[in-house]
Amino acid sequence: MIPELGHLALILALCLAAAQAWFGIAGAQRHDGVWLSAVRPAATLQTLFVLGAFAALVYSFLVSDFSVRYVAENSNVSLPWPYKITAVWGAHEGSLLLWVSVLALWTLAVTYFSRHLPQEFAGRVLGVMGLITFGFCLFMLTTSDPFTRLLPAAEQGRDLNPILQDPAMAIHPPMLYTGYVGFSVAFAFAVAALLGGRMDAVWARWSRPWTLTAWLFLTFGITLGSWWSYYELGWGGWWFWDPVENASFMPWLVGTALVHSLAVTEKRGAFKNWTALLAIAAFSLSLLGTFLVRSGVLISVHSFASDPKRGIFILAMIGVFVGAALTLYAWRAPTLARGGGFQPFSRETLLLLNNIFLVVAAASVLLGTLYPLLMDAFGLGQLSVGPPYFNAVFIPVMLPFLILVGIGPYVRWKQGDARDTARTLRIAGIAALAAAVVSLVFAHGEGAVIVAAGALLAAWIAGSAFIEPITRLRQRLQGRHASLSRATLGMSVAHLGAATLVLGICVTSTLGVEQDVVMKAGQSVSVAGYDFTFQGVHAEQGPNYEARQGVFEVSWGGRPIAVMRPEKREFPSIGNETTEAAIDPGLFRDLYLALGNPLDQGAWSVRVQYKPMVRFIWLGGLLMMLGGLLAASDRRYRRSAVTEAVPAAVERA
Amino acid sequence: MNKFRQYVPFIIPALVLLTLIGLFARGLFLDPTKVASPLLGKGAPKFSLPQLQDAGTKLDQDVFQGKVSVLNVWGAWCGSCHDEHPVLVALSKRKLLAIYGLDYHDVRNDALAMLQKDGNPYDAVAFDASGDVAIDWGVYGAPETFVIDKRGIVREKYIGPLTQDIVDTQLVPLVQRLQAEPQ
Repeated sequence: MIPELGHLALILALCLAAAQAWFGIAGAQRHDGVWLSAVRPAATLQTLFVLGAFAALVYSFLVSDFSVRYVAENSNVSLPWPYKITAVWGAHEGSLLLWVSVLALWTLAVTYFSRHLPQEFAGRVLGVMGLITFGFCLFMLTTSDPFTRLLPAAEQGRDLNPILQDPAMAIHPPMLYTGYVGFSVAFAFAVAALLGGRMDAVWARWSRPWTLTAWLFLTFGITLGSWWSYYELGWGGWWFWDPVENASFMPWLVGTALVHSLAVTEKRGAFKNWTALLAIAAFSLSLLGTFLVRSGVLISVHSFASDPKRGIFILAMIGVFVGAALTLYAWRAPTLARGGGFQPFSRETLLLLNNIFLVVAAASVLLGTLYPLLMDAFGLGQLSVGPPYFNAVFIPVMLPFLILVGIGPYVRWKQGDARDTARTLRIAGIAALAAAVVSLVFAHGEGAVIVAAGALLAAWIAGSAFIEPITRLRQRLQGRHASLSRATLGMSVAHLGAATLVLGICVTSTLGVEQDVVMKAGQSVSVAGYDFTFQGVHAEQGPNYEARQGVFEVSWGGRPIAVMRPEKREFPSIGNETTEAAIDPGLFRDLYLALGNPLDQGAWSVRVQYKPMVRFIWLGGLLMMLGGLLAASDRRYRRSAVTEAVPAAVERA
Repeated sequence: MNKFRQYVPFIIPALVLLTLIGLFARGLFLDPTKVASPLLGKGAPKFSLPQLQDAGTKLDQDVFQGKVSVLNVWGAWCGSCHDEHPVLVALSKRKLLAIYGLDYHDVRNDALAMLQKDGNPYDAVAFDASGDVAIDWGVYGAPETFVIDKRGIVREKYIGPLTQDIVDTQLVPLVQRLQAEPQ
């Protein structure tokens, strides 16, 4: 009964989304106040039905209703209940429903927080979001219905893929989707502005907090994913340039460009066309991410759904949505007024460079991700593109970009003063050089140059990020009036995050030590000054798995510091085995142990790793997210329309 | 004309999209499972594994020398392997070629029980508990079947369960051709 209600709720949501789209877009074109006033109720009801459908599926999982095929295929009575919930988005149908539910939450938020926007503009925004909801509901109902019954019901479900049974994995997809789908709001704002022919500083101000919020969720989602793969996949890597990782990274790069480009549009009225294009691109890449993961076009460890019918549907949907948006763009963008001019050395120029570097980076990731497909499509053979390509194209683009990150905030709008900027940044430059020298003293060997470069860039960006807040603080201590807006503070924190990330990547990838050894009980191995003594392996029983647990005593300089217990887990219900690495974490270094395979006579192959500063990578991601949060909560976005000075002129040349 | 030219740069994104869509549409109709195995034309990867029925005896790549054989990758946990099993049993009764098994990621007793119940088509089964050998062979998932010639060279790979149709129209003709080759 409940699954049927869920199915019905989805159908109703589809109809309401159609109404929301029609009344919103057509109402705005006809300037019909009555139609426009129907948009909000339609949107609210639509979201409630979508969330109802989601609740119905969650319920079916919680009560283990194996007469629902999707539940039978992805859940199991012995699964602990939190994982029964996360199993909801463990496979194709459920993750689509999650996608639509997240879209529903964003729609609800826009409905609620858009009251101060002009009615026609808000109508168009919600109308575009309604169209997207309509497309995805139709996709689900026609090709991927999660509520299909299985008759006769299965007695015992299969299990959730064991590597997905993990707390980080429980929140990774929702966070990532919140980011992906959040770009639909930026997209809807851009399309609404193009439809209305009005694209100006006020439009940028409206869409900025939404974009920032989407961006911070995506940042968090990617960080979580990286952390999860580090401790769960058992290889000790934190980024693999896997197609699915790339699928989330491309919208992030373009979204980062968009966040900066919106600043120019808001402050100076410039870059309008460019900003609109980035907003369309960010969401298109999010859709592309969904397509890449869901269609099986690119084979990757992540693709658990492979069905050409679904692929064709998503592809057609991307074609319609993005095609329509880009056609509209080609038609409207040339007529938009250009913004204020600027000199070669100005904040605008630097932000333009920022945008160019980020877009080039995204394009090179896109090329690397699609290259195997490209070769195959033209019959040029099958190949795969790995980390060497990505490192070779990505790092050279990032180096100048990271230097600019430090400079940008201290160049004035319109016309900068190079000497002034240099004077302000002197201290950051000194810090950067000092950091490089110090790291050259401590680091030896091949990696020393990379570590020094990392330290230089990190100190440069971090130094630059600190200057502004510290200057303001000093002024205030001296009794002068000085305010530091959350937007500025957010920028500083996010840049500090970038610095932390860069340092973590450089140090861990060059100074990390990795050893594969064969050990018998009682033997010891020494890695990077730490002694690991193998005590043996014993059996452990988990809720739905059986484990073999190794015990290692770790000491440093003869002093015991930890006992580490890596496991190999076997999940009998699906005959799968996972490796649970043991990690002894620390801010400045992680010790990482993974059990390999049992060998003859009680010996085991063991992978021992010393990973200095690996935590800085995720700390950097979290700081960036925090920066986004601060910036999105800036006071000026919370001002109501009444106090907001709306330029009277509708900007069309 | 001038008015038209003004639009040109703004049409580029739409053209990029069109190109990408065309590419993806093409990609959808390529069969991702039909990956040419890099092993084809090369010697069978080296391995040395205990046998399923007798952990004390090892099985290695030398077993393929001097006759045409197949290596069938399977596991008792794998549903399609159960579907495929009767086809293999029928094939083994025709005594056309040697059939070896690679049982991977499996529980020994489950695998033995399956052979006991449904029949054993294999001349010998290598037991690959860790799946390392399967990785060396480039196995995507079970079942997969490799055809190996008299010199121990991998000549063909079938991904997914063998059906009676595949056996009759592809596998058996291929085996007959390989048997006609000089050693």
